[in-house]
Parts: sequence; C-alpha cells; structure tokens
Amino acid sequence: MRVMVLVKATEDSEAGILPTTEALAEMGRFNEELMKAGVMLTGDGLKPSSQGRRVAFDGPRRTVIDGPFAETRELVAGYWVWEVKDMDEAVAWVKRCPNPMPGPSEIEIRPFYEAADFGDLLPPEVAAQYEERTKTTGG
Amino acid sequence: MAAPDTHAAIEAIFRIERARLVAALARMLRDVGLAEEAAQDSLVAALAEWPRTGVPANPGAWLMATARRRAIDELRRRRMAARKHDEIGRDREGADEGAAETLEAALDDDLGDELLGLIYTACHPILSREARAALTLRLIGGLTTAEIGRAFFVSEATVAQRVVRAKRTIAEAGLRFEVPRGEERAARLASVLEVIYLIFNEGYAATAGERLTRPALCAEAQRLGRILAGLLPDEPEVLGLLALMELQASRLAARLGPGGVSVPLTEQDRTRWDRLLIGRGLDALARAEALGGADGAYALQAALAACHARAPSAAETDWPRIAGLYDRLLAVQPSPVVELNRAVAHSMAFGPQAGLALLAALEREPTLRAYAPLPAARGDFLLRAGRPGEAKAAFEAAASLSRNAQEKAFLLRRAASCVPAG
Repeated sequence: MRVMVLVKATEDSEAGILPTTEALAEMGRFNEELMKAGVMLTGDGLKPSSQGRRVAFDGPRRTVIDGPFAETRELVAGYWVWEVKDMDEAVAWVKRCPNPMPGPSEIEIRPFYEAADFGDLLPPEVAAQYEERTKTTGG
Repeated sequence: MAAPDTHAAIEAIFRIERARLVAALARMLRDVGLAEEAAQDSLVAALAEWPRTGVPANPGAWLMATARRRAIDELRRRRMAARKHDEIGRDREGADEGAAETLEAALDDDLGDELLGLIYTACHPILSREARAALTLRLIGGLTTAEIGRAFFVSEATVAQRVVRAKRTIAEAGLRFEVPRGEERAARLASVLEVIYLIFNEGYAATAGERLTRPALCAEAQRLGRILAGLLPDEPEVLGLLALMELQASRLAARLGPGGVSVPLTEQDRTRWDRLLIGRGLDALARAEALGGADGAYALQAALAACHARAPSAAETDWPRIAGLYDRLLAVQPSPVVELNRAVAHSMAFGPQAGLALLAALEREPTLRAYAPLPAARGDFLLRAGRPGEAKAAFEAAASLSRNAQEKAFLLRRAASCVPAG
C-alpha cells in the first residue's frame, strides 16, 4: 500500500529555521535506509506557510488568502510517499525517523486511496463507454 | 490516544529486519534453514519480552543478538547430539566449533553486503527458475509459502517442497552466501534480474487464472528492484530493470477496464497512469543511460515503455522511435517475442503491410505455434489492411490459444467486431 507521511510544522519550521548540519545528516541516513529497504518513492521539505497561499472556495467564488496561516500544528512542513505492506510497517518506519524538529513534533501517516477502493463506484455510463470503446475500436 | 506495542507492531518491526537477519545468519552459519529458524526464534523472544520491556532503542541489533545466541545454542546442541551418536564425529565437532566462533566474530560485518549475498544465492543459476522465484520471495520478500503459492497458482505444499529442495541444493553445492566477484559476476547478476522480472511479469500479465493482473505481486517485484538498486546504485541494468518495472506498473490501474477486461495501451485513459511511478521510471532510465547502459536489454525495454509514458495521447506516440528501439533490442536480445513486438511497432510506424511482412517469417517459427499474441497481431494488421474476414479468423485462432480468461474474452470481442466491409 502507498502512504503519505506528513511531517507537521512547528514554531521553528514556520519561522524558517533550517535544521542543523547534524540533524540533516541524521535524516540523510534515515532516507538512505528507506531507499535500501525499497520503501521510499519520493519526499521533500516545504517552505514555511508565510510563503504559501490558499484559495478558498465558496460556490462560484474564489478568494485568495496569503500565508502565514495560524494553526501551526495542522500545517505540513514536509512529506514522503512510501510503499509499505501495511500501516503497522509504516508506523514502525516512522518510529525510526529521527525527530525532524528541534523540539516536540508530530508525523502523520495517511494511506492513499487505491483503485480497489473505487472498484464498484465507477458510474455505469463510464463503464459502458469503456465497453463501447473497446468493442468498436479494439486495439 | 497512545496505542501499546501490540504483536502486530512487533511483527512489523521484525518484517523490516527479517531479510537482513536471515542474510547475516546464513552467511555465518552457511545454512539458510538454520538462519531462518534462528531469526524466527528472535521474533518469538521479542513477542514475549517487548510488550513488557518496551521496544529497545535499536530493535535490529536486539533481534540479531538474540538470533545469534539461538543459533549458537542450536549448533552446540547439534554438536552434543553428534558426540553421542557419532564416535568419529571429531571433524564435525571442529567444524561446528568454528562456525560458533565465526558467529561471535562477525558482529560488525556490513549488513548491506550480506543482504546482497543472500539475493545472489537465492537467485543462483543452479536452481530452477521456479525455485529461484519462490526462494527470493520467501527470503527477501518475507512472503509465506501460502502467499507464494497463491501468487503462482500452485499449492502451498508445492512451494514448500520447492523451497526445501532449493535449500538442500544450496547446502550441497556449499554456496557461501557471498557476492560473486570477477568473471562470474555478470552472469549471476543477470540471473537475479531475470528472477525479479519473472516475478513482476507473473503479476503484470498473469498467464493463468481469472484475473488479468495481480498488482501485489508487481509491487513485490518493484520492491525487490528498488532494494537491489539501493544496494547496487551504479549497475545500469539494475536501473534499467527498475525503470522498466516502474513504467509498466504506472499503467496497471488504466489497463483494467470495468469488469476486469483488458484495456489496450492505445485505448487507456492516460490521466489514470501513475505519474509518480512514471517520474521514478524516467529517472532510473536516465541514470542507466548516463552510466553507459542505453543498449542494455532492460534499459531498451524501459526506453520503449518511456516512449508511451511520454506521449500525451496514443496518436502522439513516436512509433518510428519505438520501431528503431525494437531493432536495437532484437540485436542484443534476439527472440521470437521481440520479433513479434518489432513487427507490431513497424506496423504502427510504417503501416500494416510492413507488419505483415515481418510476421511472415515468424509464422514459420515452431516455438510460436501456440503463442496467442502472434495470431492476435496478425488479426490486428489484417483488420487495418482492410481484410476483416481474414482478421476475424486470426482473432478466433488467438482466442483459442489464450489461457487467460479475460484475454480470451477480449480476443473474442475483437473477432466479433470484424464485419466485412460493404
């Protein structure tokens, strides 16, 4: 299964304080371990929300809101995408991660939706279209 | 709410460590069965202790130390048994004493090298292809024999027997669980890549059973490929194979239409292709080419898959480039199957007559007599050449040869759609 691993922001990350050389090196070793285990698909760090923007939707209206955003603990400071067997394996890997922040911090793991989750949810007309296309044009 | 360290959590930690534990122990003990038993014993010990003591700071080291102790105990027990039952057991005694010492001394060895050694051993050419695949999935992938049986549509007992026999063959050949060096190396690496791609293909183009693909098996092969690329980052063909698998797997979801029917490449909804895997595949291919591996058999196949991945729509596919890549692939990996695909590519690039001309030679090839894709391609060329009557017969012939229920149904639908013009 594919999971997104979200590193939550802290006051430090929102202030744009970069990790120390030692912290970076430690994280580099962890990333290397993830690679060698065939777990990591991608990952990166994000700049503070002061450099981000939001677009709020309300019916036809679109309102742009400039960062920074208030709810620090709910913001994302970085992410990975991993391929793991199950959530227990994802948790076991996250527990090995060095603390990504100088102070207390949190990492959240969220599974992706997979094709099987939508199995019977395809609208019948889409299914019929598929049938029709493969029937007429073949390939 | 804080969750306690449940058995599932401990088993997950063990799964992460298992392959490396077995690899290190197999190298020390020269006995993969004993290595697996000792690793399993360390899990049992962890399940008994960790819920009480908490998970140690370095669980891998804890498991390794425990497994090593169990292995030494087992060697001592065997020595005692040998002493009792075998009066001339002195040689054996010496050997086991030596093994126990090696065990103690090997504490600081590099584990990455050991894992690689185990992969090479599981994929050793003295084993049959089926045995290599089963052993690799068992030892590196950590799959149970029941899971492997389900993957290859054979009984659990058959898999168990294959694994036992393979282990015996390894022991009798005295394999040392080491990374091959020198002349032997290229052939051994080719064998490893062959096994991983065999596993991938069994998931990608299921040759038997009701379902067309088994994505879990593809995922397992991709994982093996990623592990190998992590251990051998400068091997172009390892990267070529990884690129090939990532690119092919990017289309898994789009390949399956409603009801499990196969959707051909040119008809697939490209918005459903997995962009993350395409990006990874193109990266790995670029690295393989930068290392001078552009003409490797896997890199060339990855380059072919990349042509499709890069095309925004089927109509924009660069067929002349694909035809050229097949010409190169045929030079490094001559096979009737490559020739068939080359004919398809040439038909797309230069018209159905070009495809039919290349097929003519192939149709005399005895090994392809029962190969469904051959008449299927012929039917496609004939239909495009405006000969629907002959095309219908070719599709029907292909359907009668197919072993996969979904593929058969697809071919019969194509046959039914061949209506003579005017």
